[in-house]
Amino acid sequence: MDFQLSEEHKMLRQMVREFAENELADKAGERDEEERFDMEVFHKMAELGLTGIPWDEKYGGAGFDFLSYVIAVEELSRVDSSVGVTLSAHTSLASWPIYKFGTEEQKQKFLRPLAEGKSMGAYCLTEPGSGSDAAGMKTTAKKDGDHYILNGSKIFITNGGLADIYIVFAATTPELKHKGQTAFIVTSDMPGFKVGKKEKKLGIRSSATTEIIFEDCRVPAENLLGQEGQGFKIAMMTLDGGRNGIAAQAVGIADGALTHAIAYAKERHQFGKPIASQQAIAFKLADMATKVEAARLLTYQAAVLEDSGLPYGKASAMAKLYAGDIAMEVTTDAVQVFGGYGYTREYPVERFMRDAKITQIYEGTNEIQRLVISNYLLKD
Amino acid sequence: MHLQFTEEQEMMRRMVRDFAREEIAPRVEEMEETDEFPLEIIRKMGEYGLMGIPIEEKWGGAEADFISYILAINEISKVSPTVGVILSVHTSVGTNPILYFGNEEQKKKYVPKLASGEYIGAFALTEPNAGSDAASMRTTAVKKGDKYILNGSKIFITNAGAANTYITFAVTDPSKGSKGISAFIVEKDTPGFTVGKKEKKMGLHGSSTCELIFDNAEVPAENLLGEEGIGFTIAMANLDVGRIGIAAQGLGIAEGALEHAIAYAKERHQFGKPIASQQAIAFKLADMATQTEAARMLVYRAAALRNQGIKCGMEASMAKRFATDTAMKVATEAVQVFGGYGYTREYPVERYFRDAKVTQIYEGTNQIQRLVISKYLLNK
Repeated sequence: MDFQLSEEHKMLRQMVREFAENELADKAGERDEEERFDMEVFHKMAELGLTGIPWDEKYGGAGFDFLSYVIAVEELSRVDSSVGVTLSAHTSLASWPIYKFGTEEQKQKFLRPLAEGKSMGAYCLTEPGSGSDAAGMKTTAKKDGDHYILNGSKIFITNGGLADIYIVFAATTPELKHKGQTAFIVTSDMPGFKVGKKEKKLGIRSSATTEIIFEDCRVPAENLLGQEGQGFKIAMMTLDGGRNGIAAQAVGIADGALTHAIAYAKERHQFGKPIASQQAIAFKLADMATKVEAARLLTYQAAVLEDSGLPYGKASAMAKLYAGDIAMEVTTDAVQVFGGYGYTREYPVERFMRDAKITQIYEGTNEIQRLVISNYLLKD
Repeated sequence: MHLQFTEEQEMMRRMVRDFAREEIAPRVEEMEETDEFPLEIIRKMGEYGLMGIPIEEKWGGAEADFISYILAINEISKVSPTVGVILSVHTSVGTNPILYFGNEEQKKKYVPKLASGEYIGAFALTEPNAGSDAASMRTTAVKKGDKYILNGSKIFITNAGAANTYITFAVTDPSKGSKGISAFIVEKDTPGFTVGKKEKKMGLHGSSTCELIFDNAEVPAENLLGEEGIGFTIAMANLDVGRIGIAAQGLGIAEGALEHAIAYAKERHQFGKPIASQQAIAFKLADMATQTEAARMLVYRAAALRNQGIKCGMEASMAKRFATDTAMKVATEAVQVFGGYGYTREYPVERYFRDAKVTQIYEGTNQIQRLVISKYLLNK
């Protein structure tokens, strides 16, 4: 076993950290307050090659591995997790299924612009009545000559409105339930594609979350991804990898909050000495750091498994479950370390705490992760 | 043991519950978005006798018992933790010190106005470098003729700006440490006294939290509360009452969040049945309810002791520590039960989540509560 990162991974981490600290840190609070995503940030990430980290160079990617991608999401999220999730949804949820299931033509047409950052991607699975229970979806796709006609609506779509390429799941044979679902590549310029209401959220406020509506949306049959009826499988396999992106986001949030808490604890004096040298705070920091370390290892493990071509579904569910839960705990404790100051919007820790909560919810709630993990345990 | 409320206490609870539902609930959303102090609600609470619940009738109060007062904070916080804290600060630490330590003149001049809600009270102890370590304050008061000249600044003062009177602590004799601190009643239009920056907070929107600045503020010598040097005693004497009040606020938050979570869990269907009938959620609700019940016991035990005039320093700290930690846990889980919907500002649970955090911080951080509790244990 070797727990050391390679030189390449270390260099990538350094590069993304510098980008995050120099380009994101300053305005992260402002973007949060204004609930505004800055496309300029996405363009800069494209210039650095961050929008296609794990894809082959022949598809416009950087040709790195999934571990590199996970490190990048973590580093972005240490500073601004709204940017972290934007990259995660773009890469894991929108680009990955095309990489895995797309035809050569689809890859050149859609994966390349995504990888190069000329396009932004999104993933449309959740509906008002089907969250955790994805098989109960109501959006339909009916074949009409060389097109499919999509009708229905999707909610809580990350990058909604900003993205131009959407992986959309719809029922082609509703009576077959999850075996009758199919995946499509939909672009925002197709007739009948509409962006609905934008959500006002507790956190990750500068990441866009919207409703997406399909009103007789005409999608060319050649945009069908994989095969008819394969949609649910594609959705679930995509989420396995997506979970690891969210685990990385959660690790980044926790590590960012911890970093701020340590710096503040050393500087803040009460009762004549730094609070960092008083056990109530010092031991809290020790617990926080141990949790972050364990979550990071689980997350890297899932990425390394994927890079090695081994099954990673259980590992990524564990990483997401644990990292999401500890992100919530660590950020709540970080606000506590800052005391009254931490509760104000002048310090970043309250933003980290608001952002952390979503990592327990999206990409499969942590209840669903427990279901996935227990299913693996019981089938073995 | 007798765990029932009396008929009078039940009446108070019903009255406050109706008031909260009819007068406060419809305004919560507006308070949340504008972050403006709910003066109209407070005036109306004055009309209902809620601004002086435990104050004797001869001083203009409702002369209900201490348990009734705690019930009122509890019930109001279930709907609006913002109004709950305004009431708690106004009564526990804005009015009580005058009642307990003021002379006849001071009581006559201020208590009836505070008890009727004509005046709003505040309490100014915390400074930038004196939070948990209150004894290290730097604000000074120097006697000059028939006045004290105050210099310094206070931060995180609840009700600041809206309040008419501020119980303010300042050092009159720097050579005596905590025994050189004195308390003053500072009126809002005192020359040299200004309300500074208003904090933008994570939660408790509508509750005003500001800096206070004393720049050669001229406070009449007759506004000295008690005598010189007993300021720290005054500050500490009312902390028990204040802590039970915040414990009741925490309890209200937990109860409010739990009620919403139960209602939603019964209504939301996934996998063909209500999520409430699936163990992942049902057992979570069971844990939330058990924690809330235990918090309720600790809160009312401390309140009952106080009501009987029995010392309750340790019990007040236990109630505050446990009820507010419970508020944070239960509110976090309530968002989880609501899933993606809970993360949006369309549902109330994200507000409880944001409001809960400060209850672990103010009126003595939960670290300070542990310090207090452990001292009682070790000094036995």
